[in-house]
Amino acid sequence: MANEVVDPGRRRFLTATTSVVGAVGVACAAVPFIKSWEPSARAKAAGAPVMADIGKIQPGQKVTFGWRGMPVFVVNRTAQQLATLPEDDGRLKDPKSDNTDQQPTYAKNENRSIKPEWLVVIGICTHLGCSPEYFGEVKAEPFDPNWKGGFFCPCHKSRYDIAGRVFDGVPAPANLQVPPYHFVSDTLIQIGVDPQGAA
Amino acid sequence: MATTPVRIQPKNRLLAWIEERLPILSFLSSHTSEYYAPKNFNFWYYFGSLALLVLVNQIVTGIFLTMFYKPGADTAFASVEYIMRDVDWGWLIRYMHEVGASMFFIVVYLHMFRGLMYGSYKKPRELVWILGMLIFLALMAEAFMGYVLPWGNMSFWGAKVIISLFGAVPWIGDTLVQWIMGDFNPADATLNRFFSLHVIALPLVLLLLVVLHLAALHEVGSNNPDGVEIKKGPKGSRFGADKPADGIPFHPYYTVKDLFGVAFFLIICAFIIFFEPTVGGWFLEHDNFIPANSLVTPAEIKPVWYFTPFYAMLRMIPAKLPGVIIMFLGIAVLFLVPWLDRGRVKSVRYRGLGYKIGLGLFALSFLMLGAVGAGLTSEYIPAWFGAHADVTTIENFFGRFWLIVYFACFVALWAYTYFGWEKTKPVPERVTTHD
Repeated sequence: MANEVVDPGRRRFLTATTSVVGAVGVACAAVPFIKSWEPSARAKAAGAPVMADIGKIQPGQKVTFGWRGMPVFVVNRTAQQLATLPEDDGRLKDPKSDNTDQQPTYAKNENRSIKPEWLVVIGICTHLGCSPEYFGEVKAEPFDPNWKGGFFCPCHKSRYDIAGRVFDGVPAPANLQVPPYHFVSDTLIQIGVDPQGAA
Repeated sequence: MATTPVRIQPKNRLLAWIEERLPILSFLSSHTSEYYAPKNFNFWYYFGSLALLVLVNQIVTGIFLTMFYKPGADTAFASVEYIMRDVDWGWLIRYMHEVGASMFFIVVYLHMFRGLMYGSYKKPRELVWILGMLIFLALMAEAFMGYVLPWGNMSFWGAKVIISLFGAVPWIGDTLVQWIMGDFNPADATLNRFFSLHVIALPLVLLLLVVLHLAALHEVGSNNPDGVEIKKGPKGSRFGADKPADGIPFHPYYTVKDLFGVAFFLIICAFIIFFEPTVGGWFLEHDNFIPANSLVTPAEIKPVWYFTPFYAMLRMIPAKLPGVIIMFLGIAVLFLVPWLDRGRVKSVRYRGLGYKIGLGLFALSFLMLGAVGAGLTSEYIPAWFGAHADVTTIENFFGRFWLIVYFACFVALWAYTYFGWEKTKPVPERVTTHD
């Protein structure tokens, strides 16, 4: 080539365009690798609804069912437990269940359930995903002298009442989540599917 | 002392042939026998080389563990038991790896404390400090993922809690969590990707960072307990007229000194490995001897001891996103120390009383937060305040107090040095032990 003179503008342009095209190429090539980390088709398929037989759950008892690898708590609440629900409203973060992400509309009520006695919640603390423990009795506990029954998370000491509503002053930001569920019969519920007609 | 490019000319003809084409011997000697370090290194200068020793131990034992370990939710726990019970000497290799992880953090924390004590983060060593902090970050990720691999119940729930931290990111939090786990819960997919990151990706990053850490250190030269620059001091010693008077060659002087430290260190390690490999639940938690169960949370979830101070920061904040931010700030603020500290005097020996108190309080707050994070406070509060004491309230008060002290130390460090409140002592011209 006879062209002895370097044209810096032209050289800068070529360097810039080459860099931009190269960067776009690298970004596109990264997509498959990033996408490979998403839940696989098999993992998604495993998240199907489950049937839960609640006929043998005694009043005051909690039974855990598995759904999508998560624990779902089903509690047969006693009349005494239900009576305590309005008492602690002042100590709760979201007593009226106004956070719509935490329950379907058919569970936005005082009991946070379809039938008053049956509480169905995902047993995963809304703080960092531990599984809270069930302390159903109305009696003073080491973590709360005025305990009226509910759930206590051992990881970071978050507390929920017997409707899964979170107390104020604990790390968890929201009430326990109510999964979609419906009653197939009086003793059988299906977790993962809304009742017919419900939004 | 900056590395002086030395040129070795071996007498052996084969070595000379190689050296002409690849100056490997010249490279090695310029970083060992021709690297001049201050001659007043004390006890605190053992921990850098010990960290390197532990890194080698983790790599060697890790390579052998990988030969027997089977990643996968159905196979991982059983394969670890297989290593412990059926593989010849497998128990020793695994315990060397497991104890090595905790010893790594012990020497790294002491190494970092040394840096704070003698001002080793100050100009011109800011990048040495930053690279060291990046090593610390990579090490935390490496240790966390390693802890998940045995797929015990604490592995599972620890993974769940730590990954859920990313759920606090606004808008994309939940998607991000699912992306990291590759499922709706920590599962087979999570375990496999952590295995890959633990055995290949992060070790490569760690090795690269260690090389850069040492390269930056050898460029600017080592600090010392007096915090004086031997490069700026007088020249001339029995090693040469142009050599710093207060420097001695790293090899053989400090290689031999470090070897002495290594012997002591290995005695301690051997005692732990052979007599108390779980250290009563501190190095290896009891709940991790139970296979992972997504439906049962261990009664008390707590991380291994080296994460407990940061875990306490998370727990003491009664809201999710601020808690996560404070925890990351607790680490991030350490990156800023070279610029928060405006003081010129490096070593604590010649700094004002305020710095000494601050350094002590900082170390104490770190230990106290560790005690909160490890659950020691919730264990002892009923004993000290009576069985009906409100554990949560007292623990929150105690933990938040030390959390404030932790961050106040950094603010105070800046104010103390920026407004010139520090009354320093005169720094000697040369290291104090010169003849």
